[in-house]
Amino acid sequence: MSAAAPAVELRSIEKHFGLVHANRSVSLSLAPGTIHGLIGENGAGKSTLAHILYGTVRPDAGEIRVGGRPIAIHSPRDAMAAGIGMVHQHFMLVETMTVLENLMLGQERGPTLGAGVAAARATLAATARSHDAGLNPDAPVESLSVGQKQRVEIMKALHRGAEILILDEPTAVLTPIEVEALFVELRALARAGKTILLVTHKLKEVMAITDVVTVMRQGAVVAERETKRTTLAELAALMIGRTPRPPSKTPASLGPPILEVDAVSVFDAESIKRVDGVSFQVMTGEIVGIAGVAGNGQAELIEALVGMRAVGAGAIRIAGTDVTMLSVSARRRQGLGHIAEDRLRLGAISTFTATENALLGRQDDADCCHRGLLRRSAVIGTLEEWMRAYDIRPPEPNRRLALFSGGNQQKLVVARELERRPAVLIAGQPTRGVDVGAAELIHERLLALRARGAGILLVSADLDEIRLLSDRILVMCAGRIAGEVDAAADERRLSLLMAGAEAA
Amino acid sequence: MSEAGTELLSIVAATLRLSAPLVLAALGGLFSERSGIIDIGLEAKMLGSAFASAAVASVTGSAWAGLGAGIAAAVLLALLHAFAAVTQRGDQVVTGMALNILVAGLAPVLATAWFHLDGTTPALPESARFGELALPGATALAELPFFGPVYVRVISGHNGILYFAALAIPLATLALSRTRFGLRLRAVGENPDAVDTAGISVAWLRYRALVITGVLCGLAGAYLSMAAGAGFTRNMTAGRGYLALAALIFGRWRPAPTALACLLFAFADAAQTRLQGVALPIAGVIPVELVSALPYALTVLLLAGFVGVSRAPRALGIPYPANR
Amino acid sequence: MTRAITLRRRVEPALIPLINLAAALVLSAIVVLAAGSDPVEAMVVLARGAAGDRASLGYTLYYATNFILTGLAVALPFHAGVFNIGGEGQAYIGGLLASLVCLFIGPAIGWPAIPLAVLAAAAGGALWALVPAWLFVTRGSHVVITTIMFNFIASAVMTFLIVNVLIAPGQSSPESVAFPVTVWMPSLGALLGPSPLNLTFPLALVLAAAVSILLRASRRGFELRAAGANPEAARAAGISTGAATILALMLGGAIAGLVAVNELMGAQHRLLLDFPAGYGFMGIAVALMGRNRPLGICLAALFFGALYQGGTELSFEMPKVTRDIVVVIEGLTVLFCGALENLFRARIARWLGREMVA
Repeated sequence: MSAAAPAVELRSIEKHFGLVHANRSVSLSLAPGTIHGLIGENGAGKSTLAHILYGTVRPDAGEIRVGGRPIAIHSPRDAMAAGIGMVHQHFMLVETMTVLENLMLGQERGPTLGAGVAAARATLAATARSHDAGLNPDAPVESLSVGQKQRVEIMKALHRGAEILILDEPTAVLTPIEVEALFVELRALARAGKTILLVTHKLKEVMAITDVVTVMRQGAVVAERETKRTTLAELAALMIGRTPRPPSKTPASLGPPILEVDAVSVFDAESIKRVDGVSFQVMTGEIVGIAGVAGNGQAELIEALVGMRAVGAGAIRIAGTDVTMLSVSARRRQGLGHIAEDRLRLGAISTFTATENALLGRQDDADCCHRGLLRRSAVIGTLEEWMRAYDIRPPEPNRRLALFSGGNQQKLVVARELERRPAVLIAGQPTRGVDVGAAELIHERLLALRARGAGILLVSADLDEIRLLSDRILVMCAGRIAGEVDAAADERRLSLLMAGAEAA
Repeated sequence: MSEAGTELLSIVAATLRLSAPLVLAALGGLFSERSGIIDIGLEAKMLGSAFASAAVASVTGSAWAGLGAGIAAAVLLALLHAFAAVTQRGDQVVTGMALNILVAGLAPVLATAWFHLDGTTPALPESARFGELALPGATALAELPFFGPVYVRVISGHNGILYFAALAIPLATLALSRTRFGLRLRAVGENPDAVDTAGISVAWLRYRALVITGVLCGLAGAYLSMAAGAGFTRNMTAGRGYLALAALIFGRWRPAPTALACLLFAFADAAQTRLQGVALPIAGVIPVELVSALPYALTVLLLAGFVGVSRAPRALGIPYPANR
Repeated sequence: MTRAITLRRRVEPALIPLINLAAALVLSAIVVLAAGSDPVEAMVVLARGAAGDRASLGYTLYYATNFILTGLAVALPFHAGVFNIGGEGQAYIGGLLASLVCLFIGPAIGWPAIPLAVLAAAAGGALWALVPAWLFVTRGSHVVITTIMFNFIASAVMTFLIVNVLIAPGQSSPESVAFPVTVWMPSLGALLGPSPLNLTFPLALVLAAAVSILLRASRRGFELRAAGANPEAARAAGISTGAATILALMLGGAIAGLVAVNELMGAQHRLLLDFPAGYGFMGIAVALMGRNRPLGICLAALFFGALYQGGTELSFEMPKVTRDIVVVIEGLTVLFCGALENLFRARIARWLGREMVA
């Protein structure tokens, strides 16, 4: 490493969000021309730090230095002036405007757009790469692929004069090929002297692309390592704080199929086939995991199974009964349970109390409703039991759900679905955004449900979770089942299947 | 010129006259809505301007002073709307309704208090109104066989504000597509986050959009009380603000189609009085009361998707959180 | 210290609307000043006009009845996530159906036509809300716009019908023939009169209680509120959000339709032009001030009823201040209780000693 001044330094950054101590005296130093990884679990504080650097969040205390000089960053404008650019996890693009117009936003170079257009075209030409062949500057952004949209985001940052580039969870939505293209781009940028901060929780990528990695846990920096001098296992242990403890798993005792998916195809709102002739079965007493990069049809498949989206072709059966045409509530009556992938959007209502959330999906059940009136005291009673059993804190049934932490919210949702004793449970990302302790409890409960004879379909982007819990794993790629592997299967084979490189 | 021809010309001329306040108000609404702020309060801005301009014109005797006052009043109301919607992040529909109700009451109260008539301003003399402008060559061209009457009756002889309204259509189109402000405005109505992270102030953009709304609605209101009419009367806007909103939706939030929708609605209004008692080929005699419902029914049909799809700016109506 | 804070927190739900109301009244006083009159005197006249004697009180409650109904008509759909601005049109069409029953079935069967007419009024309002509701659920058409349009369409249709079809023969003013006495809504004028106060008032109170039970304790109410709070989560929970929305709007429309019972069957005893007279829009103010809760709505309705009745008195005794001042107060109330409701929230929260959850 050169002895030159660091490109960016953050010193003793403090940030509180209400009672949550998001950043505890965090210090970070980025050397110029390097790719620096910032890793940690969900809620470790790494995104907060990135936003502080870009000016969308203001720290309570601490100092930022760019090129050795202390600067105050109160807004993205200040950050951009200091040469800091950010590629956000959720793209900041105006879908209806063209690539050119998106590049120009904020860089119009005058009250009329002539100069701005020329400057944008110049940047496009300068940053062109071989895989940009399909990128038409006058095309509306909404017509681009996800990978292309991210390219536009990077070009935007460069167009704004970024020397330091922050990428926040950039690979969450990319296919493996697109991830490779991104890495090629990042290496080229680093060689050209740019400094890159890669914020992620994906350890394999960190090992592949970074020069240095900083580990955060619960708001504080716990370690910094040169990437080539550490291992994935060491990073994982540092991230979690201890070696992960796999739950005990009894061998599967299988019964007849409880969920049958028969050549199901699902189309989306624009009539694009998202699920293509998928067939599989879940037996009673087993957990079937569906692995795959997000965006390969898993969400649409779940929606079709649950009843929220119509099936284009094929049939779905629960315990032998055809439910393809049945509504969500009818399927729930048949014994279907569902832990939604996106808790705040689908699984719970944050403005409702815990009691009301406990009712969600159970409002038709006999134990919750009698002659059209809700049995409030009965519901509260059961909820209090769950709060004890699942360690949901604080144990206040009439508290608004928004005031519970993410982990406790998820535990409530899981309790609600599991305690209904469904015959078949569809669990989408059951431990997303949840701290380690809660995740372990949820895993235990899922295995307990399996032991009691339910069938579970586990859909998760977290490969470790899938391998931990599943009896067998189906890999989904481009709307199809690319292959099936045993839980103990080779990591490499899984990756290849997920990338669509190998047929079943 | 034949009888039917003269009749047709007079309907067209009436259509243009009736469409002027609609076009101005609808274009005003276009700016606020494209920036992401729902504006149900076009009615209030027009009415407020109609009152203020008539009041000041009555007192000063000057139509231009009245126009200035009208625009000022509408801009003030627009700023109030902006304060509630942008700074306070309140419900935008409620704000619009509140302003409509408020101005509907406030204007007559002030009118009665200051002029001692029942909720109206005194009738304006010709000198304090905006009169007809004859375009150059009107007398010379009047004798030409076909073009002459068209020029004299339809194109020339309108009010200054109406000519401005016609000009406003291409101006608005250019502003939206060719200027920096227009680019940012379009962006903020679709994705305010993108604008924010580009270092541009979402709030300032929206305030400016609403000021433009105020100016255009101010012109519309002044037209009503000083050009089309001769003074302010209670509720003189008579639902035109809602009609303008309907035209805006019809026009898919773009200037030229919106103006066409305004013309369509104005035509229905102009034709209605003339069609009274006249038997139409298929429908027979349409009762005049039902013709007045036509623009509203058409809008509902449009919204139901029977006449095509209308996609609103994506961030419309959603308060932008200040996440500092 | 903690007990003081707990006490203050209990007060909070009522505190914010009261402070917003106070702000609206202060500003109205300024308007009265600008109009060249004494605001204090105006307040006194208003209060005296509203409750000074039994007849005035009767009128106040009679007006309040309409506001309870239109307030509920806005609040109930609001819980389901839709804004019902169509109260005017819904009341109007409710009046049409009720009048038809009163005029054509009433003479035949006498007083049993009363509950029939009440049902007809509700059905009329519900039907007029059904089309915008259905369009919203199936086509995504913006409810606010469609309900506003439907108000105008109702006005046009009713004008046509009243002027051309239902007008009493030989009359110049646009009114129908008087309803037979047997179908008049029983009057409560003996208690608080002489005034048009009638049985619709206790009916409205019962409805308010029913709505409260529906929202808080019933399964349908839960489904409705879930659909309003988070439609996707509600759908995932097996709730049909489309059905919930349509139900909420139809119920709202039905309640708005009952304004016709109060006005036409209880007070005017005939069908006349423009009888909804702005009650539908004022329902928005009432719902906002009452924070969409039935009890709050009843109290807010009482306040607005007093304003209306007091306003009439005001226009007699202080000619400089016209009835329009009541409209100004209404507008300011909607502004402060609705759009600017959070204006004072930060200061109130600090006073209450609690940290605000963003």
